[in-house]
Amino acid sequence: MSTSVVVDHEAMQEPLPRAVAVQSPSSLVPLLIEDVTVAYHRRPVLWNIDYQAPSGKLIAIVGPNGSGKTTLIKATLDLVPRAAGQVLIFGEPYRQQRHRVGYVPQRTSVDWDFPVSALDVVAMGMYRKIGWLRPVSRKYREAAKQALDRVGMVDFAGRQINQLSGGQQQRVFLARALAQNADLYFMDEPFAGVDASTERAIVDILRALRESGKTVIVVHHDLQTVHEYFDEVVLLNMRMIAAGPTADVFTPDNLRKTYGGKLALLDQLSEKMAQPRSR
Amino acid sequence: MNSFLSPLHTWTLLDTWVVVIGALSAMACALPGCFLLLRKQSLMGDAISHTSLLGVVAAFFVSHWLVEAKVISPATELSVRHVTMCVGAIVVGVMSAWLTESLQKLGNVESSAALGVVFTSLFALGLLLIRAFADNVHIDLDCVLYGEIVTAPLETVGDSGIPRAVLVNGVVLAINLLLTVLLFKELRLSAFDPALATTMGIPAHLMHYGLMGLTAMTLVAAFESVGSILVIAMLIIPPATAYLLTDRLPRMIVLSLLIAVLSAALGHVSALTLPLLISRSIGIADVQDASSAGMMAAAAGFLFVMAMLLGPKYGLVVRVWHRLLLKLRIAGEDVLGRLYRFEESAPADVSSTAERAAWLRTLTTHSWHSRFATWLLIRRGWLIGSGSDVHLTDIGREAARTLVRSHRLWESFLAKHFVLGEGRFHESAEQVEHFLDPELLAELDHDLDRPGVDPHGRAIPN
Repeated sequence: MSTSVVVDHEAMQEPLPRAVAVQSPSSLVPLLIEDVTVAYHRRPVLWNIDYQAPSGKLIAIVGPNGSGKTTLIKATLDLVPRAAGQVLIFGEPYRQQRHRVGYVPQRTSVDWDFPVSALDVVAMGMYRKIGWLRPVSRKYREAAKQALDRVGMVDFAGRQINQLSGGQQQRVFLARALAQNADLYFMDEPFAGVDASTERAIVDILRALRESGKTVIVVHHDLQTVHEYFDEVVLLNMRMIAAGPTADVFTPDNLRKTYGGKLALLDQLSEKMAQPRSR
Repeated sequence: MNSFLSPLHTWTLLDTWVVVIGALSAMACALPGCFLLLRKQSLMGDAISHTSLLGVVAAFFVSHWLVEAKVISPATELSVRHVTMCVGAIVVGVMSAWLTESLQKLGNVESSAALGVVFTSLFALGLLLIRAFADNVHIDLDCVLYGEIVTAPLETVGDSGIPRAVLVNGVVLAINLLLTVLLFKELRLSAFDPALATTMGIPAHLMHYGLMGLTAMTLVAAFESVGSILVIAMLIIPPATAYLLTDRLPRMIVLSLLIAVLSAALGHVSALTLPLLISRSIGIADVQDASSAGMMAAAAGFLFVMAMLLGPKYGLVVRVWHRLLLKLRIAGEDVLGRLYRFEESAPADVSSTAERAAWLRTLTTHSWHSRFATWLLIRRGWLIGSGSDVHLTDIGREAARTLVRSHRLWESFLAKHFVLGEGRFHESAEQVEHFLDPELLAELDHDLDRPGVDPHGRAIPN
């Protein structure tokens, strides 16, 4: 990109030619959250969140239970109403950018007894591309199979999903996200309750996504792996505590602010972090 | 006296129409029913079947008022009423779903409680309206509640001879089929993962309301023939039965349609034959009358129970059978393992030989499955001999060796990774030995660096 893409607010007053608008920096920012507040039953659960996600990074959202991590994602994707603030995806409202966004909900949010096969679930990621009223054609089934192959699950394509282990179910969800072929991904606790080999597989996929220039935002619970897996961290506890490169932000001090009174745990953690990694 | 099947000899066109009407309405109900079931909202259908009474009553008033106001002629009132009834039901159906949801959110009450409040109130309102304006309209409450499938064929469309109920239910079925086929993937996704559907631009919320409206329309169409209570059976039971028989959605939908047809046919036939059969067998005067709609619901229930018992994958019989097979396999493997261990200790060891003889004697008086398992092993050629004098054959020894290897590898694995009392190793290995496959065994072997002996110092066979 050229150096001339600095926003000039006065110039913005005039309608810009389309080509220039596309080059404006905001369209390069995968996610811009401005002053977002969300309330449930009038009780605010997120206050004045501001965040700008860098492109092509793996980003963790970290915070205690009830800190609004899932809500932040849902508010971003228009799944819960925002009381205030705005969200821009690559410079435009989410509504206009659906095709560039992939979403992996929490595994426990769906009924795994549902009569569908692993392949059916993965194909769901492409329903938008297939379009309304059209059946899933062979071409898309093949693409779904490839996505399953990438997560090492192609042998399970025909299995009903309740015959899969928790880790395998998570991989199917991930394959569905891959099939969405988005530029920006939101994943809600993809590492929750998975076995070690699935965790490795997921990390590999996340890194492959980053290599191909995608931005992935992950709600993450395991503080011990944040340094290893993620480039950026968002520390959240109803308010934005801190956000930025992991090395700068993921400090015992910031964690203490995020996790409030739970000092014993944090002292243990800081001890662990001071020790050389054993893995 | 002729047989209880004699009513079938007088089967007329009327009976055929009864079955056709029953089958059409049951099929029309089964389609939205499948999606309601998968959304775990089957009782929403129940609620809507009650609240749509309000829509039906309102429709009566509207058509009546149109005649009074001379907008339409009395001759066309009936056909206009069908349209208003349909619209009224859809409006009330969507309204009940919306009210339930609002009540749940605003009142912070549980969804089934909200549903209970909404549907009883709207149903009561419907009844109240009937009572209040009973002079102006003639609504046969019995007909609304229980339906009159036997007389439904009598009301035909013009001179065509086709009963109106066939036409109405047929059209509704066609609409439902068309929508199910066209919107199949949208319906599937918004039932399975509404959040993802919404983020992808498929408004799961609207799909929900659409399904409710469709359900209400279907129910109202089916009311007149099967009644508002029995229609719930048609909405829930065929899909629930199909759900037990398959784990693919397209197959489930097709099966639910077949079960709907079968229930209707079986129901009417039993309504004709069963009363006679039962009244004769208990020795009372012949009873010739039974509600066909009621028997259709009963037939659907019967098919559900059959699926529950005999389903190929999750049926009770299959599950009991698999458990029995597993029990026999474990009992057989235990016998093999024991015989192998006796062979292992030096054959000259007198105490061991005596122990073996004693154990074999108890085997014959053992639990029936040990005895049966031993008999099976002899038949398979893994054991030779009879009664308390059995020995391992070469193939039997091979199988026994694998089992003992599994047992001892597992004990070694536990000893390496866990701190447990000695007895506990054996206990766990007794169970696990039956479930280790070659792959896992190889992994264990690798993890333990190919051990020669187990924690008790006994050789691990190869």
